[in-house]
Amino acid sequence: MKLVALPGEAWRAMALNGLRTGLTMLGMVIGVGAVVLMLAVGDGARHTVNEQIRAMGSNLFMILSGASTSSGVRMGSGTKPTITIADAEALAKLPSLDGVAPVQSQTAQLAYGASNWSAQVYGVTPEFLRVRDWALEAGQGISDTDVRSAARAVVLGQVVKKELFGVDDPVGQTVRIKNLPFTVVGVAVGKGQSLSGRDQDDVAFVPLTTAQSKLFGVPFPGTVGFIMARAKSSELMDEAEAEIRQALRQRHRLAERDSDDFTVRNLSSTAETAATTARILTVMLGTIASISLVVGGIGIMNIMLVSVTERTREIGVRMAVGARRRDILLQFLLEAVLICGIGGTVGVLVGIGGAWLVSDLAGMTVVVSGTAILLAFAFSAATGIFFGYYPAHKAAQLQPVEALRYE
Amino acid sequence: MADAPLIRVERLCKQYQVPGGQPVPVLHDVDLEIGAGELVAIMGPSGSGKSTFMNILGCLDTPTAGHYRLQGRDVAGLSADELAALRNRLIGFVFQGFNLLRRVTAEDNVALPLLYAGTPHAERSRRARALLERVGIGGHARALPNQMSGGQQQRVAIARALACEPALILADEPTGNLDTHTSGEIMDLFTQLNREQGLTVVIVTHEADVARYARRLVRFVDGRVVYDGEVPA
Repeated sequence: MKLVALPGEAWRAMALNGLRTGLTMLGMVIGVGAVVLMLAVGDGARHTVNEQIRAMGSNLFMILSGASTSSGVRMGSGTKPTITIADAEALAKLPSLDGVAPVQSQTAQLAYGASNWSAQVYGVTPEFLRVRDWALEAGQGISDTDVRSAARAVVLGQVVKKELFGVDDPVGQTVRIKNLPFTVVGVAVGKGQSLSGRDQDDVAFVPLTTAQSKLFGVPFPGTVGFIMARAKSSELMDEAEAEIRQALRQRHRLAERDSDDFTVRNLSSTAETAATTARILTVMLGTIASISLVVGGIGIMNIMLVSVTERTREIGVRMAVGARRRDILLQFLLEAVLICGIGGTVGVLVGIGGAWLVSDLAGMTVVVSGTAILLAFAFSAATGIFFGYYPAHKAAQLQPVEALRYE
Repeated sequence: MADAPLIRVERLCKQYQVPGGQPVPVLHDVDLEIGAGELVAIMGPSGSGKSTFMNILGCLDTPTAGHYRLQGRDVAGLSADELAALRNRLIGFVFQGFNLLRRVTAEDNVALPLLYAGTPHAERSRRARALLERVGIGGHARALPNQMSGGQQQRVAIARALACEPALILADEPTGNLDTHTSGEIMDLFTQLNREQGLTVVIVTHEADVARYARRLVRFVDGRVVYDGEVPA
């Protein structure tokens, strides 16, 4: 019964010192707001990275041909055509992989009516879109029949579709690639930027056989530009890489002392680095914001100590009329917790507002998570109890007679 | 213990410990009994120990030695919370400076002891209004202390002292901040409460005019009782 009355007493004391209470609360508002905002920005960054990773496809390997050496000058990865379609077929049998797609790609000019556009054209098998987790927006993908018959079929990426067709439906239309007519059979969904900043949608897909025999030609029959492969799970990445390497060395008849004549790139490691960076960013921002919360808490302690000193007589009067130590302790503690609670609530709103502003003005992805809000709020309440306890305890330990005599 | 006096003080001593110095004695071997229903004035020059004595009677301070029995019960061994409960139930304080909570209405000031007694809100409000009525300022329930005269504020303080229906009213220089006329009114109120409700009232004062309202006078000098008897005319 007594406890029910105490919030009223605490509230009254706060209301009597409106400005001071407001300023103290402001410290809490800024602290909690900062935590919510910073976590939202950090989570947003992580979310963006995760999106990019998902867009790129997960657990991917890119297997490139080795480097050729011309008059002592080494030419870099992919210059010596050692990777073949047969290699891809062999890799498809590896137990740790669940998808292998040989690819031949090159930049080519595409034209439709009066518009034309230059894009990366990928010669692919049906496996490719599956390995990349790439869905279709309209029509269908490159089929086995297309590959077998070297059909002049093309699937357009979003950018190419927009540049050539605008808002029109391209499926069924004919585009010219390097002046050869191709029928548009499908349109791939947008994937956005890759982690390296390349626009993944500025592409067109044609059957691998068509690309090799009709568009680009191949330096050596049976070779391909590169192979995309996907491991069954992220845990199997290391095992898969070893299996690929072993299988290719065997197929290419490389002796023990020979170095690889191919390169296996783990695309996920880049993604993991980015994800780790984003995680560190979140923790760092959260830490910085927490410091402002602690500063706000010290502000509360400061004000509460002043308040206790200032209201010593009042405490004396309360004790004289029968307030127990616990009543005084709870009243002051409650005051601190109320300041934190209200400040925390406003802070959460300010944080959400700030996050919205950041996403609107800076165009950044921010994610305001319930966990972050709960965390900030719980932390602010804890701050109130932690920093409010000492002044409240000090008030409760006053001797009634001394408190009454205090001028 | 039914026949025990309301207040019984035996060989009461109080010393103040000054940090790094000799203890300063304030009260020496004070023996005093005050029965229920008495109206006692305590007088004495400044520094005679009368306020200290009053604080001990009010359980705001504890004696260094000796015994203080309130309603036959020795308060020496009581905890801070037990003392708080005693103050709440048995004792009503009236101070020279009124000691009302600023920016809190008369009604809420009066209700403060009831708050700590655990009385429900509606009952608190009702009792506070009735008490203000009884001390003659029923129309000022919503007024703040700084909107009232000194006499009115002291009446609020008296109403607050009466809130938990105590057995004992302790008034420390209750008229010290008031003019002669208002002092008379406040003292009339005390005598009325004493006479009509049998309330025990102990008033510390240094004004002979005020002491005249009492029926018994106790005079302190240098921490000792030097006179205890009739109020000289």
